[in-house]
Amino acid sequence: MNSSQLLGITTFAYLLSAVLYISIFVFRAKKLGLTATLVTLAGFLINTAGIGMRWYESHQMGIGYAPLSNMYESLVFFAWSIGILYLGIELKYKNKILGAFAMPFAAMAMGLAGLKNQDIKPLIPALQSNWLIAHVVTCFIGYAAFAVASGFAIMYLIKDWREQSGSGGALIASLPDLKVIDDIIHKTLVFGFLWLSAGIITGAVWANSAWGTYWSWDPKETWSLITWFVYAAALHARFTRGWGGKRIAWFAIFGFVSVMFTYYGVNYLLAGLHSYGGS
Amino acid sequence: MKKTENAVWSFFASVKLALITLLILATTSIIGTIIPQKNPPEFYIQNFGPKTAQFFQLLDVPDMYNSWWFTALLLLFSINLIVCTIERLPNVWQMVVMNNLDTPIDRLEKMPTRKIFHGSASRQEMTQRVAAQLKEAGWPSQMEEKTNGTLLFSQKGAWSRLGVYAVHLSILIIFAGAIIGSAAGFKASVMIPEGSSTDTVYEYGSEKPIPLGFNVACDQFSVTYYDDGHTPREYRSVLTVRDSALAAPMTRPIIVNDPLDYRGITFYQSSYQPMQGFGVTITNKTSNASEDFQIPYGKKISWAGTDIEFGLINQQARSRMGDVSHVKFWFSDGQGDPATLWMEDKSTQSLSRQDAEYEITVRQLYATGLQVAKDPGVWVVYFGCSLMLIGLYVAFFLSHRRIWVYITEEAGNSRILLCGASSKNKIGFDKDFAALTERFEKNDVFQNA
Ligand code: HEM
Repeated sequence: MNSSQLLGITTFAYLLSAVLYISIFVFRAKKLGLTATLVTLAGFLINTAGIGMRWYESHQMGIGYAPLSNMYESLVFFAWSIGILYLGIELKYKNKILGAFAMPFAAMAMGLAGLKNQDIKPLIPALQSNWLIAHVVTCFIGYAAFAVASGFAIMYLIKDWREQSGSGGALIASLPDLKVIDDIIHKTLVFGFLWLSAGIITGAVWANSAWGTYWSWDPKETWSLITWFVYAAALHARFTRGWGGKRIAWFAIFGFVSVMFTYYGVNYLLAGLHSYGGS
Repeated sequence: MKKTENAVWSFFASVKLALITLLILATTSIIGTIIPQKNPPEFYIQNFGPKTAQFFQLLDVPDMYNSWWFTALLLLFSINLIVCTIERLPNVWQMVVMNNLDTPIDRLEKMPTRKIFHGSASRQEMTQRVAAQLKEAGWPSQMEEKTNGTLLFSQKGAWSRLGVYAVHLSILIIFAGAIIGSAAGFKASVMIPEGSSTDTVYEYGSEKPIPLGFNVACDQFSVTYYDDGHTPREYRSVLTVRDSALAAPMTRPIIVNDPLDYRGITFYQSSYQPMQGFGVTITNKTSNASEDFQIPYGKKISWAGTDIEFGLINQQARSRMGDVSHVKFWFSDGQGDPATLWMEDKSTQSLSRQDAEYEITVRQLYATGLQVAKDPGVWVVYFGCSLMLIGLYVAFFLSHRRIWVYITEEAGNSRILLCGASSKNKIGFDKDFAALTERFEKNDVFQNA
């Protein structure tokens, strides 16, 4: 079994997992709960094996490197981070409906990865750095948290909107309490913020070891800082001005748009040091 | 500190201002990611028209991150942070160091998180048991006798209240490091051909010469490629520093991501240029005579004192950079027909002639491109970054948790009030508190009230 087969199965497993969780929510098919968790866990383990296998394959080709260096590999790792983060959240909150708003992101990340060039290519000298590995890992754990937070924010807004308009019904009632969702969003944002900060810092250290400047305002760097400002504003709005609920939910969605632009948009729309990510 | 009357002070102390500044910083930062930065004025005239270009110059858009208004925003942000800290830190510090045994008893009786037990032992005996129980549960306590009872207190993570301030301070430290770097440092570059040296580098943008105070030579530069033949695997320069302060010259290879640091100046491998020349080494294996030559392409060279003439008569480029992958070597020793050899760059081949055996080595000559930076602020920045990560962890995941126990006695019966509070993470603290009360419940000495 090679890594692209393993990662192909991962895509399928995450897709199935998303469908199962959505069914649990929409059809209140509680019986599917165990299956959904097992499929997710299996997908995550195969995802892990796929990353490991790709690492091994690169060594076999004599160009061994940690598979975190191009768009394809980062999307695969993004999916992996969402997988482990969601499994952690499910374990903590014992609520399977959350999966309907988290696992679609993992499935989408793998789906996007499938459209990318999957060749294992040797690393150019600038990318041969342990700081790059630290940078990618920290950033993507942060991005995964922000993805999940935005999913929960959507859940919050749906519930809030339907309850306000009096058209709640049993489906909406089956979602966790608004206060609980709000708390999960906040915790996830805080977790993501810590990792994003670490991601920006490790990126700066890497830039300094490769080019002699830890900060050069290149578009990708600047966008990561913009994202960081947005989340910093959201955190301060929450505990110093008591913002919560809907406004923080919108912040979480808005912040994730900024994350996606940092990650994806910059590569295609703006030029900069990081444009290697475009391949 | 009653500074709140002062309107200017409260303006700068407000978190609302912080929110607005953060969002303005976020939005304006976008400009520089869309409009290319640091290009010459003609670029903007060509791409945006003279009117817009003039407007850009007015607002420093071509170098917006160093513009007066962006700097002013960062300054506003820093002042906001400092004033806000001066305003709040004293109170928070008070919470860290305060003596919680002075907490008024009526406040304890009203705490939302509390539980009451009874016991038939005396106040003294009960105090000992409670203290032992607390210690066993990981809450070692202090004690004070009050007029009507005994108060025990235990806390965890009082210092965690300072986490937020560590984060805020770290931002100021990072700014300070950046200012030190731009005031006392420089960013420059230099091209050094193999075999040459320099004691001057040239500042970015201005090309102003900057004397190093010592001499750096490039002994050798090489590019190696992966098996595919065109993806570069490694750029390596062997540098030698000569300085009167050094007993002997210091030689060290550098590669991308592994620079040379000498006297606070760091040399980074950043680019290279193939030169129109080659290094050729010819060794006569029979007589062991050997000679190194640096020769241009396409010129006939003689080895003085011999009949040997040689040259490079053809070449194959590897990339558009002008790297050569193969050269055709021409050789004549005046006996028989001249020989030609296709040789790979940086390879050695043997050549058999009538009365001698030769070994030929050919390699292309390069100039190495070095980025040269002096940044005395970088360690300040790194210190700030570390402090930020530690501070964020503390601010987000640790909390100040406090437990009080107040014991009173009435007619041989003791009443035990157990209560507590946490600076945040209420849910987590409620779990801690429940675990503690469970220990009391399991102990027969204490009965639920
Ligand atoms: C981007 C820059 C900033 C970052 C990363 C940052 C970070 C933080 C963090 C992590 C917390 C604690 C959050 C928590 O407990 O959950 C916090 C709290 C706070 N921040 Fe900031 N902050 C920044 C800028 C500012 C500025 C400019 C002000 C100026 C007014 C400010 C005022 C406050 C206040 C008043 C608190 C609450 C403190 C308390 O609970 O005692 N922050 N900040």
